[in-house]
Amino acid sequence: MPAATRDPYQRVSQAMSRTVIHLILLGGATTMVVPFVWMLSSSLKTNLEVFHIPPTLIPTVPQWHNYVEIFKVVPYGRWFLNSAFIAIVQTVLYLFVASLAGFTFARMRFPGRELIFTLYLATLMVPGEVTLIPKFILMKELHLIDTFAAVILPGVFNAYGVFLLRQFFMTLPESLEESAILDGASYFRIYWNIILPLAGPGLATLSLFSFMGAWNDFLWPLIVINSENMKPLSVGLASFHGLYETNWPYLMAASTVALIPIIVVFATAQKYFVRGIALTGLKEG
Amino acid sequence: MEGTLSTPRRLSAWQKLRWLIRGKGAQRSQALWAYAFLSLSVLGLLIFTILPIVGAFGLSFVQWTLLSPPKWAGLSNFQRLLSDKYFWNALKNTFYYVAGVMPAIVISLFLAVLLNQKLKFTTTYRVLYYLPTITMWTAIALVWKWLYSPQYGLVNWALGLIGINGPSWLSDPHWAMPAQIFTSWWKGAGYNMVILLAGLQGIPQIYYEAASIDGANWWQRFRHVTLPLLTPTIYFVVVMTFIGSFGVFSQIYIMTEGGPGQATTTIIYYLYSNAFKYFKIGYADVLAIAFFVVVFAFTLIQTQLQKRWVHYT
Repeated sequence: MPAATRDPYQRVSQAMSRTVIHLILLGGATTMVVPFVWMLSSSLKTNLEVFHIPPTLIPTVPQWHNYVEIFKVVPYGRWFLNSAFIAIVQTVLYLFVASLAGFTFARMRFPGRELIFTLYLATLMVPGEVTLIPKFILMKELHLIDTFAAVILPGVFNAYGVFLLRQFFMTLPESLEESAILDGASYFRIYWNIILPLAGPGLATLSLFSFMGAWNDFLWPLIVINSENMKPLSVGLASFHGLYETNWPYLMAASTVALIPIIVVFATAQKYFVRGIALTGLKEG
Repeated sequence: MEGTLSTPRRLSAWQKLRWLIRGKGAQRSQALWAYAFLSLSVLGLLIFTILPIVGAFGLSFVQWTLLSPPKWAGLSNFQRLLSDKYFWNALKNTFYYVAGVMPAIVISLFLAVLLNQKLKFTTTYRVLYYLPTITMWTAIALVWKWLYSPQYGLVNWALGLIGINGPSWLSDPHWAMPAQIFTSWWKGAGYNMVILLAGLQGIPQIYYEAASIDGANWWQRFRHVTLPLLTPTIYFVVVMTFIGSFGVFSQIYIMTEGGPGQATTTIIYYLYSNAFKYFKIGYADVLAIAFFVVVFAFTLIQTQLQKRWVHYT
């Protein structure tokens, strides 16, 4: 906004509109935060205080032990570790598979490149829900039901990552590889030693999306995991809810802990998130 | 096929160099390496994506309970679909939900415009608005189930303060879906906001300066500069929101389990019930096909309609 702040009338009106905008944004931000505060507050109450009317914001005696109990009444720790394992392994495999394929599409020439890439893009047109049942049958036939492999594998080969990293690699200048080629470096070394080290932001964006997607995913693990000890946190929480339907302090404590890793990841890598949305979201327009 | 992709046609400098030095053999070796690099990814895509897509069509013609071998059922699953009142109800509910969620794009646009002003604390606001979108649906749905609790929930307590006797949201057939929709507004507003904000920041400042010189006020600038230049982003947001919300499942599963009665049974929830509660694999698969047809049709219609309202610069 070009500001002509010399005119006192305009300066006052600008200050006023700024205040109004802040008030609106503050109101919105409060709406966003209140459910989290309520969750945290409920998680520290007794099973009696939680039903008080009017509700108390600060629990009279904070029940920190609720956070210990949830690890005892259900295999919460196990679920947490399952989720961490699934999210990390899926992200590492996804990054490797997608970056190697992305590099190949972005930097190498071979017959059929356009055709194969079109096929990759075409699979992105089919929402995951459509293939839910055939994927379940496939996992059943492969005897992978109730294993982490069943949860992890479909996500590893998602064409989205190949597309995103190809777009990113294409923004890197090609002069980078010239000297390596003259030195007779292999293609794999160009990928591993030259392209990957420069692809930090692209890889960070993809790993952020992948980790958050895997951590939060619900429907697919709900289908392929049956036994209590194999459940990721999202599915575990749902069965916790089934067992302790009205024990809100426990449920809210369990929900709070489930959100922590994502909030930490997001806080440390926020800029990649916005960047990732800008990079992929607007390309399609 | 040629020309529809943005792959560079031209040869890069180093490719030319290799070509010149090593000739035909190098070209062949490059292609072989490329196939080797792609093999893992292509194999995975074939097994875990393309095979299931083919399977989705195949399974729609069988009757299968998973206990006995599948039986060929011809078109009977499709016939059943057309006469299944629960399917039509689920379709209606899903459209109701989607129609309720789409207006939230206006809220996201409003927030994005406000955040695009040069103000203090915009990063803080952005993070706070974004917080709900990154969190786990299962946990969020539990929180909202508790917020909507008729007697002890925060929502009805707050309504009570201004003299409104709130309904028993999730167990009232008329209010369960609006409650689900509002939760989605809360959770999704920040996501579209960030996309729209990125779009806003891509509009060159010079257009606003030109408009100001012409004496345009803020509304005229918004209406004739911001909005037309933002249409590609809005189009993207509309399509993605539709596809995303048409597949609504997690919040339904946790908060209402499709109820009360069938009031919040959506297509994917109905599909899940058929496949994994009643083990009607073939029929559930037909629901997946129906889901795909609707989403695909909507996307097609939008790509046609966009020619009328989306401005590309």
